Amino acid sequence: MSFISYLINGLSLGSVYAIIALGYTMVYGIAKMLNFAHGDVIMIGAYVALLSMTQAGLSPLAAILIAVVVCTALGIVIERIAYKPLRNASSSLAVLITAIGVSYLLQNVALLLFGANAQSFQSVVKWGGLSLAGGSLKISGETVVTIIACIIIMIVLTFFVQKTKPGQAMRAVSEDKGAAQLMGINVNGTIALTFAIGSALAAVAGVLLCSSYPSLTPYTGAMPGIKAFVAAVFGGIGSIQGAFIGGLLLGIIEILGRAYISSQMADALVFAVLIIVLLVKPTGLLGKKIQEKV
Amino acid sequence: MKMLKKTASLMLASALMVSLAACGSDSGSSGSSGSDTFKIGGIGPTTGDNAIYGTAVENGIQLAVDEINADGGINGYQIEYQFEDDQSDSEKSVNAYNTLKDWGMQMLVGTVTSTPCTAVVEETHADNMFQLTPSATAVESIQYDNAFRMCFSDPSQGSASADYIAENGLASKIAVIYNSSDTYSSGIYQTFVTEAQAKGLEIVATEAFTADSKTDFSVQLQKAKDAGADLVFLPIYYQEASLILAQANNMDFAPAWFGCDGMDGLLALEGFDTSLAEGLMFLTPFTADAEDEATQTFVADYKENFGETPNQFAADAYDCLYSIKAAAEQADITPEMSISDISDAMKTAMTEITIDGLTGKQITWGEDGEPSKDPTVVVVEGGKYAVLQAE
Repeated sequence: MSFISYLINGLSLGSVYAIIALGYTMVYGIAKMLNFAHGDVIMIGAYVALLSMTQAGLSPLAAILIAVVVCTALGIVIERIAYKPLRNASSSLAVLITAIGVSYLLQNVALLLFGANAQSFQSVVKWGGLSLAGGSLKISGETVVTIIACIIIMIVLTFFVQKTKPGQAMRAVSEDKGAAQLMGINVNGTIALTFAIGSALAAVAGVLLCSSYPSLTPYTGAMPGIKAFVAAVFGGIGSIQGAFIGGLLLGIIEILGRAYISSQMADALVFAVLIIVLLVKPTGLLGKKIQEKV
Repeated sequence: MKMLKKTASLMLASALMVSLAACGSDSGSSGSSGSDTFKIGGIGPTTGDNAIYGTAVENGIQLAVDEINADGGINGYQIEYQFEDDQSDSEKSVNAYNTLKDWGMQMLVGTVTSTPCTAVVEETHADNMFQLTPSATAVESIQYDNAFRMCFSDPSQGSASADYIAENGLASKIAVIYNSSDTYSSGIYQTFVTEAQAKGLEIVATEAFTADSKTDFSVQLQKAKDAGADLVFLPIYYQEASLILAQANNMDFAPAWFGCDGMDGLLALEGFDTSLAEGLMFLTPFTADAEDEATQTFVADYKENFGETPNQFAADAYDCLYSIKAAAEQADITPEMSISDISDAMKTAMTEITIDGLTGKQITWGEDGEPSKDPTVVVVEGGKYAVLQAE
């Protein structure tokens, strides 16, 4: 029974990683850059949702919507101000360093605005959860909602990318920016749209993360952000399904590792798995190998 | 043109020399500061994760400094006081120490948290500067003879907790969840286990977490639950404790909870559902609800000045200043003395004084810098701290 409980907790943690990883992987797939500020957008989303609930007294659903809107706007602004001017910079390192800079900027702005003290997050899930097998298996409402949210996001996103016009534009831009532009695709618009979607997902992830683990500080997003980045690489960066699978696997490995191997070694284990996967399959589980034509 | 450049650079260089020389003489004079005030510095986190502690210490010192100054100062000399933020980070803490030294600090109250304190004590030892930490509990934090502390050490907290649990028959099966990446937490954990075994307590589960994975505790709690623990010992800080309490509640796990002084601050956590902490016990040398007059006056003054109820850290810091005052009067030191002379005199005087403070009566110090005083156990009742009377 404990095993099932661990598995479900792992799925729940993995779902949060997966939603965050989707943001990383989409931005990487299309803009070919690692948006290290992504984890901190999560934190901003959580703060916006928390303040909407506590200060403005809004319902959880309205709070999530506001968080999504704010984060979407934030994502577009970050892209416009910090990344777009550097898109054609000679070194891809420039954008990477900028992303790290934006990450620190967001953390410190949050530190100024919200203070350093941890705040207890109010769960947006008011449902008590399931009690199975005569009470010996308890699944919290947050766990169920997180897993379901992740599956829905995954399905909608796959449909969007495969079947809709903007989705097709995204795939085209990710394959060849120059050719896509020649075909009349608005490349800047498409990249902005990607950042918008990624950041909106970050807001959802932030609310879900803090509902399950109700402590919020300006540094809340940092570690989940890094783990989700690992998940994205693990699953094959650039691949949406890869991020999903990578996230779930990472969550499960982390929890099971903590349960059956050592509670201190969980993180080491997660990164060890990453190294092994990359040694065997350098592009990640579902990563495509792109042949460079000379 | 070339000539001009040369002259300019020559002038710049000489200006640099002069300012360097000024620097040199500056720091030289501050060593034996010719002024007529004692310069006391403080270091602690006023931002970052442990900001609650640093802010409390900063305020506690301020309150005591104001009182002592209004009362005529130490040996007739006023105190000047400056506090630096270290965000509970070793590197920043050493930087803060250097900043204070440049300012002319003669005695250090700090640092607030254990890990940075262990780094700073190396510096104060090298400089032979007198150091009294209000709240760094790790053994190594005061490993040199120039360093003393106001609070209990980790080992004494661990064994005192085990003693209390055993003597009051609080539990038969105990689980421990601790932070293995933190000196404070693992220090308490080690002596707790040793003492618990000596007292015949059964430890059924020992689970650790690290600073990098301190959000999900479902596994640790599940293991404690499966092992049938009726008490969970949490030698950790209150932020993680708040998460543990919330997650335990989600999985219908309701053992007794026992913590150490790191729990202080839990009820002040913004947005925290205090009903989760109902019945939680923790060891602390100070509680604002104590009835004695000294505590009541301190709490009232603190509230008036800083608008909140003081925690244990504020009380420790306040006691620190009065201990320094007592030791300074015992040793009859003056601000004209060098840092090293002050330190040598204070070292001896600290072991000779006896203090009645907020955090204990008849507090004395050994040569190792450890205080000797009785702990109190506090329980959360109806969203407030209440003192548990030991039998």
